[in-house]
Amino acid sequence: MSSTGFIDLDRITRRFTSIPPFTQRLLKRLGGFAASPTVVYAVEGVSLSLAHGETLGLVGESGCGKSTLGRVAAGILPATAGNATVAGEAVMVDGRKTTTRIQMVFQDPYASLNPRMRIGETIAEGPVSHGMITKAQSASDVNRWLNAVGLDASAAQRFPHQFSGGQRQRVAIARALAMRPDALVCDEPVASLDVSIQAQIINLFLSLRRELNLTMLFISHDLSVVRHVSDRVAIMYLGRIVELGPTERIFTAPRHPYTRALLDSAPRLAADGAPMQDIQPIRGELPSPIHPPPGCAFHQRCAYAQERCRTELPALRATGKSDQAACHFPLGGP
Amino acid sequence: MNPVLLRVRDLKAEFVTRAGVARAVDGVSFDVHAGEIVGLVGESGCGKSVTGYSILGLIDAPGRIAGGSVQLDGQELIGMPHQQLRALRGRRIAMVFQDPMSTLNPVLTVSAQMNMAIQSHRRCEAAQMRQHALSALAKVGIPDPERRLMAYPHELSGGMRQRVAIAIAFLHQPALVICDEPTTALDVSIQAQILVEMKTLVREAGISLIWISHDLATVSVLASRLLVMYAGRLIEEGPTEEVLRRPRHPYTQGLIDSLPSRAKPGQDLVQIPGSAPPLGELPLGCAFRDRCQFASSVCFTAPAQTVDHQRSWRCHHPLNVGGPVRLADAGQ
Repeated sequence: MSSTGFIDLDRITRRFTSIPPFTQRLLKRLGGFAASPTVVYAVEGVSLSLAHGETLGLVGESGCGKSTLGRVAAGILPATAGNATVAGEAVMVDGRKTTTRIQMVFQDPYASLNPRMRIGETIAEGPVSHGMITKAQSASDVNRWLNAVGLDASAAQRFPHQFSGGQRQRVAIARALAMRPDALVCDEPVASLDVSIQAQIINLFLSLRRELNLTMLFISHDLSVVRHVSDRVAIMYLGRIVELGPTERIFTAPRHPYTRALLDSAPRLAADGAPMQDIQPIRGELPSPIHPPPGCAFHQRCAYAQERCRTELPALRATGKSDQAACHFPLGGP
Repeated sequence: MNPVLLRVRDLKAEFVTRAGVARAVDGVSFDVHAGEIVGLVGESGCGKSVTGYSILGLIDAPGRIAGGSVQLDGQELIGMPHQQLRALRGRRIAMVFQDPMSTLNPVLTVSAQMNMAIQSHRRCEAAQMRQHALSALAKVGIPDPERRLMAYPHELSGGMRQRVAIAIAFLHQPALVICDEPTTALDVSIQAQILVEMKTLVREAGISLIWISHDLATVSVLASRLLVMYAGRLIEEGPTEEVLRRPRHPYTQGLIDSLPSRAKPGQDLVQIPGSAPPLGELPLGCAFRDRCQFASSVCFTAPAQTVDHQRSWRCHHPLNVGGPVRLADAGQ
């Protein structure tokens, strides 16, 4: 893939290898029985390219590797193979993050804020230690970012436990913004919030994106949230991207059977408020990323699977001008 | 309509804390008819779960039931001696909780836990018990139940664990099952499977269900009637489709409008300003007052319940009453 994007993920692979248990290691020493370590294939050769100012929604069920991919993109987790760059700069070199251009907002603002640090300290810590601002400037800087996320300046003196979930998520966003990033990775930033608060935070993201021209990788399992905020959507299944395309096309005319199945299984309300009672569940469960099935990873659950799907892994290839799908038999014809 | 199975009247539950008394449930009244699925919706802290727990008598200190009545088949549950209540729980009323990892015992096999549940209400031979457990697991869509019976909870996926919890709740064919956000922790595809299974299960057995959830869309798949709670009070009630299409309470309207699926992509969502008041310091009058665009001076007095046909609401300025439907006005 050409590296013309602002955020470029080039054939990212991330595997997690477990250390064999003590007894197995001992046996290996004593008798030479080779114990094979367990390998989790979290992300397998994923390439993505985000244009400057674009928001890409990354959708998938738990264990599909979307958070792992997000962490690699944000430079929190080194990739086993492949390169992640932001504006041509490598995000990580030798396992150390080398850019501040990309920052991350996490799902759980209860776990991602240090409970013993005042909000002001939390927000100023990054920019001060990176020399972006001096300690003397930190108060006014903190003020600015609190203001940007819709919090009162007095919040700086308080501790995380004094805030509600929605307010904490605002603090977490302010902390990310204080690093003056060009890009944000948001990992399920509204999943733990109530509906009315969720709407407030989504609106905040929309306005920040407009004002700061942020490029965003927006990870979520919630299809309606992703549809609302994203320009393009990538659907992940068991470590690979199975479909990629403009948001409305993905939601109205999906090409991959998994995308179709996901849309059909999500409860939603019609435009006039009528409940949709006809959800169609996908059969079966997500296969294990430790033993991924041969061929197309979705074939055991796919209504259209044929012999070829059981043996041959479908590559992600163009199905239209700006669309890609990894399916031997894409919906709506090849 | 079927006869009333559960009658809740003016139920009050409170928690005594150092900061004061938090009125988690503040005078909630509703009925559940036999074979009916009722959705109890609201945001965190609105008292929906505490309502569910109160029905089963599962409120421990510092919480207490401060008043009201809960009748199952005409039998009063509030103040019922502990022994009698135990005999009812699991047999006549059962509960499914949000997180199956913390409701199932991690050191016992599925079979051991199911046997315990069976034996607590019935004397049973081992072989009979096994048959009973197997058929209960098969009914909730667990493939290969023989093998799962010997499994420990950690060996099962999240969806399978929740199915086991549901199977246990349905073991004794209870009259009423209270489900507290049972699919919230699950993936969309697994949630859809469980919703569909639940629907058939309940329909076949004629069991009544109270489905507690914060997710309007999910509840609407199952429930024929919705109860909406805010700050410990029931603020709106009615048939699901009616409530969703023509909400009476501005809070319900706000909840529906703030769903991303209701807005044009990329445009700002309708948001309810502010957040719910802490239960310890509820304002007098309508608790939604400070967040409501229609609030006026009359909202400083608590709105009484208005009942109209199958619907009821507590609001001084109800929406969609009489005149044309709001959404039709908007040209949708």
